[in-house]
Amino acid sequence: MAKEIYSKYPLIKYLRKEALPTALCPGCGGGTVLNAFANAVDQLKIDPRDLVVVSGIGCSAWIASPYFLADTLHTTHGRAIAFATGVKVGLPDKKVVVISGDGDLAGIGGNHLIHAARRNIDITVILVNNFIYGMTGGQVAPTTPFGAKTTTTPYRNIEHPFQISETVAAAGASYVARWTTAHVYQLIESIKKALQVKGFSLVEVISQCPVQFGRRNRMKEPAEMLRWFLKNSVPISKAKKMKPEELEGKFVIGEFVNRERPEFVTELNKLIDEVQEHFGLKGE
Amino acid sequence: MIIRGDEPEQIRLIRKLYKPGNYFMQGDEAVSYGAIFAGCRFYAGYPITPASEIAETMARELPKVSGYYIQMEDEIGSIAAVVGASWTGLKSMTATSGPGFSLMQENLGYAIMTETPLVLVDVQRSGPSTGQATKGAQGDFFQARWGTHGDHTIIAVSPTSGQDAFWETIRAFNIAEKLRTPVVMLFDGVLAHTRELVRIPDIEEVEIAYRKLPANEEEAKLPFGDPHGDGVPPMPLFGHGYFTHVTGSTHKENGLRDVYTPEVHDKLVRRLHRKIEQNKDVYEKYEEHFTDDAEILVVSWGVTARPALGAVLKAREEGIKAGLFVPKTVHPFPGEGMKQLGKRVRAILVPEMNLGQMILEVQRFVNDDVLLKGVNKIGGVPLTVEEILREIRGVA
Repeated sequence: MAKEIYSKYPLIKYLRKEALPTALCPGCGGGTVLNAFANAVDQLKIDPRDLVVVSGIGCSAWIASPYFLADTLHTTHGRAIAFATGVKVGLPDKKVVVISGDGDLAGIGGNHLIHAARRNIDITVILVNNFIYGMTGGQVAPTTPFGAKTTTTPYRNIEHPFQISETVAAAGASYVARWTTAHVYQLIESIKKALQVKGFSLVEVISQCPVQFGRRNRMKEPAEMLRWFLKNSVPISKAKKMKPEELEGKFVIGEFVNRERPEFVTELNKLIDEVQEHFGLKGE
Repeated sequence: MIIRGDEPEQIRLIRKLYKPGNYFMQGDEAVSYGAIFAGCRFYAGYPITPASEIAETMARELPKVSGYYIQMEDEIGSIAAVVGASWTGLKSMTATSGPGFSLMQENLGYAIMTETPLVLVDVQRSGPSTGQATKGAQGDFFQARWGTHGDHTIIAVSPTSGQDAFWETIRAFNIAEKLRTPVVMLFDGVLAHTRELVRIPDIEEVEIAYRKLPANEEEAKLPFGDPHGDGVPPMPLFGHGYFTHVTGSTHKENGLRDVYTPEVHDKLVRRLHRKIEQNKDVYEKYEEHFTDDAEILVVSWGVTARPALGAVLKAREEGIKAGLFVPKTVHPFPGEGMKQLGKRVRAILVPEMNLGQMILEVQRFVNDDVLLKGVNKIGGVPLTVEEILREIRGVA
């Protein structure tokens, strides 16, 4: 049965067949993200040989590493962007993509995230935000909504969630967008833009985890979570006119920034050229 | 980028930049020039005393030889970037000191598990914790060996002077490349900041080793196999269309994760150990001075090996039959050499700038009838010839 489904999937050529079926739970948003990424790669006609995908630890880290058929680097918890930095410097002509979760990239890895944005290194980050530490059993995350229940906030979460896209935009990224798994076409378009931007790009995907988050917050069906996303999503143009208290508990979606800034690896290579010119080291 | 095929251009640049001859430089600078001669073209680091001059020298020199310097946001990110760069084929290095070394341990384990060649220089300073930030020490002997978790292997080298640092850095890179593994260099704050004479050779005098690449598609499909029986798999570099999957989790020969099958873990981790054990000729190195007829043996490493040699020379002048054994590769410890010497001597002294670490390794290889004694000093001031000589006289 499973074999038939996989063989009918038109983008199967982008997947590492020997790693299938995926370890993701039924109803997980990870599949949507993988599908959106594969679609973006397909529509842009990017040769997977020109891709290196890096991820950290957790459910979302598995989305592309190992399932996407490219060079994939599955790293330590929180450090995917730092690993990707080395890869990008070594392979400036390849597209280096980081796909991982909110706990991984914005929790333990928050420092690398903001500094990569500041540096504006040409890496595309697809950050899957499901408000929870899924793989370790549903503990509170830096993105867990205020008041939500998790295994380590059994009464309610008394911390405020991290606004990832806003922070990364402020840190200096070239491109930042946020969508939910209920906005698949917009998501694909944003991933395409992010892949083409020369500079640091972040696509934050609000994604459902019915098993670890939904179940404890009166949304045990995946569809219930998607309806929750749709009902509470506010386009960024509209959000700009709303008061902070009106935005409490809402998901601001859309493009946060799309701008040109000097890119790190380009500048690094330019610097090398200048230094070699200055010291008269250029080949005869 | 100095990968195979790029040597003529790199040799031209090095010849043009670094004329052979004697230079007056710091140990940290000697490490940096050694790295550049070895082919290091990627450095990611985070400033820390007394290792910062390595970063400063690399930032200044690397662009001249088409190499990349990045100052990362922290030590964890530094070694992560080094691993990432190494998978693209760049010979890569980071340098740090005690607290930074502690932060790097997790990703050092990652590099061991994923068989990523890199060089990690730890310029040891006093600890625990922030300790004496500007002072030298030799307290990271076991942090190098057991800092990261699990049943891991490690190779660590330790130079005894600025000149030695230049050559040992090159050797560290060559070991890393030949065995596809991280190599730690245990340097120290005293030598790092000491200015002394260092001879820069012609590049022709330098052996430069390169990692084994896959000979064909078949080998590239098994990035963690053992096609040549030496325990060292060829490394399919990123960007060559091999679709390599690399993970720090237990993986099969094709790179795919399998954390459930005991045999897969057993086979992988045992091969990683075998790789180190069966290639001793690649990394084992120690020096012996006056050991032929020695009755009292001094065993010392790194910075302390210098006053130790001074003390042995003075002892000889006084008619005491003293000898010196200096492990240059400290992990794995050269146990066989130690064992042979241990059978012939009456007493062994182990001077170290710590409260006794390498002495435990020595102890493993000598019999109980040998008098074994540590000569230990902490506080950031190196042991002197006189202090070690006094101890030699004491057991003479």
